[in-house]
Amino acid sequence: MTAFLSVEGAAKRFAPVLTFGDKVATWLGAQKPPRTVHAVDGVDLFVERGAVLGLVGESGSGKSTLGRMVAGIHVPTEGSIRLEGMPVMSPGNRPRKITTRVQMVFQDPFASLDPRMRIADTLAEGPIAHGLTTRREAMAYARKWLETVGLDPDYATRFPHQFSGGQRQRVAIARALAMQPDLLVCDEPVASLDVSIQAQIINLLMRLRRELNLTLLFISHDLSVVRHLCDRVAIMYLGRIVEEGPTPEVYETPRHPYTRALLESVPRLEIDDDVDVVFRPIEGELPSPQNPPAGCHFNARCPLVFDRCRIERPLLNEVGNGRLAACHLASPDQAGPNLAIKPISG
Amino acid sequence: MTAALLEVRGLKTHFPTSSGIARAVDGVSFTLERGEVLGLVGESGSGKSVTGFSLIGLVDEPGRIVDGEIRFEGRDLVGQPTKELRRIRGRDIAMVFQDPMMTLNPVLSIATQMHLALEAHEKIGKEEARQRSIEALARVGIPSPEGRIDSFPHQFSGGMRQRVAIAIALLHRPKLIIADEPTTALDVSIQAQILAEMKALVKEFGMAMIWISHDLATVSSIADRIAVMYAGRIVEAGPVGQVLRSPRHPYTQGLLDSLPTRTSPGEELAQIPGTTPSLINLPSGCAFAPRCARANAECAVIPEEVYEDARRFRCHHPLPERSTP
Ligand SMILES: Nc1ncnc2c1ncn2[C@@H]1O[C@H](COP(=O)(O)OP(=O)(O)O)[C@@H](O)[C@H]1O
Ligand SMILES: Nc1ncnc2c1ncn2[C@@H]1O[C@H](COP(=O)(O)OP(=O)(O)O)[C@@H](O)[C@H]1O
Ligand code: SF4
Ligand SMILES: [Mg+2]
Ligand SMILES: [Mg+2]
Repeated sequence: MTAFLSVEGAAKRFAPVLTFGDKVATWLGAQKPPRTVHAVDGVDLFVERGAVLGLVGESGSGKSTLGRMVAGIHVPTEGSIRLEGMPVMSPGNRPRKITTRVQMVFQDPFASLDPRMRIADTLAEGPIAHGLTTRREAMAYARKWLETVGLDPDYATRFPHQFSGGQRQRVAIARALAMQPDLLVCDEPVASLDVSIQAQIINLLMRLRRELNLTLLFISHDLSVVRHLCDRVAIMYLGRIVEEGPTPEVYETPRHPYTRALLESVPRLEIDDDVDVVFRPIEGELPSPQNPPAGCHFNARCPLVFDRCRIERPLLNEVGNGRLAACHLASPDQAGPNLAIKPISG
Repeated sequence: MTAALLEVRGLKTHFPTSSGIARAVDGVSFTLERGEVLGLVGESGSGKSVTGFSLIGLVDEPGRIVDGEIRFEGRDLVGQPTKELRRIRGRDIAMVFQDPMMTLNPVLSIATQMHLALEAHEKIGKEEARQRSIEALARVGIPSPEGRIDSFPHQFSGGMRQRVAIAIALLHRPKLIIADEPTTALDVSIQAQILAEMKALVKEFGMAMIWISHDLATVSSIADRIAVMYAGRIVEAGPVGQVLRSPRHPYTQGLLDSLPTRTSPGEELAQIPGTTPSLINLPSGCAFAPRCARANAECAVIPEEVYEDARRFRCHHPLPERSTP
């Protein structure tokens, strides 16, 4: 069985961008020229049709880069991205995106809309180019998609600055949907919105998913939003997926020490005045993607680290019940529900 | 009885604009005791930052405080000369911003900036300043501060930069620290580190703190009391647990209900209909009325503040108090 979306061995490295200063420094014999950024470092990911997969991780972990590869915006340095077995990009040395079946929605709804274009033109431009509608029917087509995302169709003649942040994000979603995609990659679509507006957009995505049978790759650093919206969740750390599985199970019994630490560092709504909240931060800092550690990327911060972790990369292995984890302590041969991962005492 | 550390009464800070007067802060009152942490929450544009800026006398032109009192240790700061405010600022009251670069100067080393900050309020020699700075950096969790104090702001990560800004704010052990969304731009793991450090420092120094945030969870884990702002006014305030357990103002309830953590996964979230009003054309009565399910004709008049024990709210039709489970 081939998955609807399959990402295999995907890697993305960004060549160092040398500033003039760097060049002079290197030329003068500086010790450390800027290094390649390992933004995504060998990722396998499979998503079923109609599923919603959450991709979470801290900033710089490679979520956007992975999302952009899936959406055909970035060319993978290695590996393949396929939709029902068909590559998203053409082969050869000048790869191009060859499908309209994947579309993307970005975090900043203002930056992603052309301020000089009427909403109708913004919405119809792509669909006209790909023969999904005609110039004559463009207005009706745009109105239909505005209505789908819960906006007044009469807004079609307005410009982006006439909308609030939440409305702009609806327009951005409408523009992506107007291309009639099967897979929608949403990169932090609610991150810049107030909670009450965030709730409106989350509700909209849940409804669209049902009504249009969309498959969603939902990128977010907000663990509570992902828990609400996503069937499955993949946790990224420094370019790699460290854990993947059904959302409730991953949140309740994380199998990777990083997942556990990340979940524990989220402040909870504390409604008991007598409880003195104890924070459980992850120690240390995120290593640089220009110089990732050998072995497990989490080894310098992991409370359970042992020698093997500093040498050998843990693979993303089955750990039972459709769950995957990339930790030397979470292999399936160590049977038992919670493996050797002890709760972090506090 | 000694005066409260800070007593704000009827504070109004307005901004004249080409289309009218923006009433960013419009009658805000609250009291802060020594060592107490107040969480100021609300959605963007509700006037949280302008409240903070008003307290330290840093309101941007053409905005100005048009009414009210800000009593700090009994003395009204409103109308004090700039020189006097500058003396208080940094020494007795310090502020930390969402963007640490509001505090930091990109072209000066951390050592130089901290030396300048110390010198602004006391006579201090170079060596002593350096020692004090290193201690301050160590206290906010900067590893090997001796080795990093001569670095420049851009050589630090975002989280480390915010720590440096906090260290500078704490140099003079202020009595009050105003923290304006200091962790909003940071990742959760770094946010948790900074929350833990701030909480410990406030306790250690006996400082009072106003923690401004749009995030109820963060506020609930650090504050003793909470004040919820909407369109320039505090609509509800009280002990943080009481308010979040049993909100009396429909807006507080609406904010809580729209959190995904309060609804089962996959269920539709409660939405607050509409959007926040323009501060230039505020509804004449309760500013929340056009979005409120409980509103009726009475709400066309601004509700008076109702006081009940340690709590207060401004609503004609408050939600019933929920008995503790
Ligand atoms: N176009 C680019 N050129 C160079 N480096 C990049 C580029 N895009 C992203 N990166 C780097 O790749 C890493 C991963 O970035 P990103 O995918 O944006 O992470 P996330 O979305 O999880 O925050 C970061 O270190 C980032 O600086
Ligand atoms: N420099 C300014 N000029 C004009 N209006 C301002 C200025 N600063 C703030 N305001 C007004 O004050 C309102 C409240 O702003 P602010 O206190 O920053 O909100 P918050 O911090 O709650 O997001 C804004 O919506 C804006 O209308
Ligand atoms: S592989 Fe080792 S270092 Fe990595 S998470 Fe597992 S125990 Fe920790
Ligand atoms: Mg990103
Ligand atoms: Mg603000």
